[in-house]
Amino acid sequence: MAAILIEIVRRDLLLAVRRSADVATVLIFFVVVASLFPLAGNPDPVVLRNLAPGVLWVSALLACLLSLPRIFAGDYADGSLEQMAIAPQPLSLLVLGKIFAHWLVSALPLVLLAPLLGLQYGLQGEPLLVLVAALLLGTPTLSLIGAIGAALTLGGRGGGALLPVLVLPLYIPVLIFGAGAVVASQAGLEVRAYFLLLGACFLLSLVVAPWATAVALRIALE
Amino acid sequence: MSAVNWFKYAAPQTFYVLAGRWIPWLYAVAILLAITGVYIGFAMAPTDFQQGEAYRIIFVHVPAAWMSMVIYLAMAFWAAAGLVFNTRLSSMMAQALAPTGALFTVLALVTGSLWGKPTWGAWWVWDARLTSELILLFLYIGFIALRASIDNPLRADRAAAVLAIVGAVNVPIIYFSVRWWNTLHQGASINMSSAPKMATTMLAGMLVMALAGWIYSIAVALVRVRCIILERERHAMWVRQLEEVQP
Amino acid sequence: MSKLTVEHLACVRGDRLLFKNISFTLDAGELLYVLGDNGAGKSSLLRILCGILIPEQGRVHWGGQDVSKDNEQYRLDSLFISHLNGLKDDLSVSENLRFATYLAGEDNQEVNVNRALDAVKLQAYAHERVGSLSQGQRRRASLARLWISRARLWLLDEPFAALDTASIAILAERLRQHLQAGGMAILTTHQQVDIQAAVVHQLKIA
Repeated sequence: MAAILIEIVRRDLLLAVRRSADVATVLIFFVVVASLFPLAGNPDPVVLRNLAPGVLWVSALLACLLSLPRIFAGDYADGSLEQMAIAPQPLSLLVLGKIFAHWLVSALPLVLLAPLLGLQYGLQGEPLLVLVAALLLGTPTLSLIGAIGAALTLGGRGGGALLPVLVLPLYIPVLIFGAGAVVASQAGLEVRAYFLLLGACFLLSLVVAPWATAVALRIALE
Repeated sequence: MSAVNWFKYAAPQTFYVLAGRWIPWLYAVAILLAITGVYIGFAMAPTDFQQGEAYRIIFVHVPAAWMSMVIYLAMAFWAAAGLVFNTRLSSMMAQALAPTGALFTVLALVTGSLWGKPTWGAWWVWDARLTSELILLFLYIGFIALRASIDNPLRADRAAAVLAIVGAVNVPIIYFSVRWWNTLHQGASINMSSAPKMATTMLAGMLVMALAGWIYSIAVALVRVRCIILERERHAMWVRQLEEVQP
Repeated sequence: MSKLTVEHLACVRGDRLLFKNISFTLDAGELLYVLGDNGAGKSSLLRILCGILIPEQGRVHWGGQDVSKDNEQYRLDSLFISHLNGLKDDLSVSENLRFATYLAGEDNQEVNVNRALDAVKLQAYAHERVGSLSQGQRRRASLARLWISRARLWLLDEPFAALDTASIAILAERLRQHLQAGGMAILTTHQQVDIQAAVVHQLKIA
């Protein structure tokens, strides 16, 4: 079980390395979007600090969304996905491996880059740490839920806009708890509850998402 | 032919006829209930001393909000049943409920904002209930849009079912998270249901209106299911022999 | 020994009934050609047989077990190569082959992979990106799995398409060995390729 998981993660990472431009684009997108807000409004440090949690979380959300179609689209087009569907291993396990690889490639770099953007927005000390920690705990949930949407829109006529319409409403709890943690930390409040809630969201999606994604993939392959 | 196939193909046929017989009665009951509800709400219920007559919109708003949630759950239930048991009629039922659910959600949002203007002085406030309704509308739109993006109706049924199940799991979490968020950012958190003091007549009015909404939803969903059956089974012999499809 | 039993299959795509009432059994050492015009449903039949597509009616059994349920034994015993090659352009031929065999639960030792690539005359391309290969070479890279696989039932969708005469002969010989060793194969094809087998069935889908 674990062996195939490692193997599939290794494969997807190798593919990502060979296509590193795609990975970089998502990161650049994250930086660009986050940099637009001060330009669109008031660069006053106090205003920015108030905006920071929401803006950084929404930017991370959108960057995550941008990379979602890549989880399965390539494998669907070249026939690798049908080979996975008829493999002796459970498809949900293979899916879990792919989601983990996607998180490593597309979401983890965002988390690592976030402190830099946080500094731009005048976040310092504990709130900055909380931002990174919340992203670290929240982004796996985004990848898990996003995979369901990516699988559902596979092979349909929905175009690029359908996936965000399906997935963004489901991202709202993570957004609320994640950004809320940073806001609470800025106000000097206890943030433990937020992290527990983010953790609960992660565990629930860890149970539901691989199964739902596997079902959706089988539907797409029919 | 085995029993399974009989179930698969003939069930929509018997259902089509049965639903056709029920629909007029359901409509009649729904209209009677709605008239009663409106009468209780607008003639019998007392004027609120704080909000005046404006509060009477709750006789539409609250039942619509209830219906929007009940229908989402019913839709997810039928979609899941269709996915698990591979029964076509269940999936058709889910498909038929979606527009009605979305309609009630829009109604709840519109009446909410109409109520908001005289009460709070703004068309929209980020109240926990209104925000949850808005997100529910997004979920309905996602369900309908996903269906529309897939040509094959059977594949669309199954894909939409997965989304509905995931959505139904998420609804309580979304609701909870929005309330949590709302209590943290005090400001626009005037609670709608506790605003006017609940008199028995008010409660009765809302319940009767909710019942009317319920029966109306069933009736209109049945009408839509009949259309879906005709569309999907248009090549079947029994559809071609129907009186109503003769040129 | 397990055998493949197919009963009363029917397949509908969109509004069209592709075929109905297809029944056959396939035993050890037997070969089945699936013939038919473009769009007749040959590929759909193969996709039903490997369990990806759920038939409108009918059943497919392997050793008495339904294949559409999570049938791990069938997944191990069968191998499906569709008209899509299932290769990643950004991986090398040997990387692709190793992953494909690993996924199928087979022995993906370097030695086996090299031997298979040798058999399909792709040894020199082992470390080339698949994206840089020609159509015929890709097809051969995909078919190289047949030299590693221990699956008893092979489901091959147009295996001879895009292959040159020499490659066709190599593949025909591999199929002969497989059948002689008690394997089974179902293939869709346009070309009539002479493969020696104890029993050769033909199924024409109209």
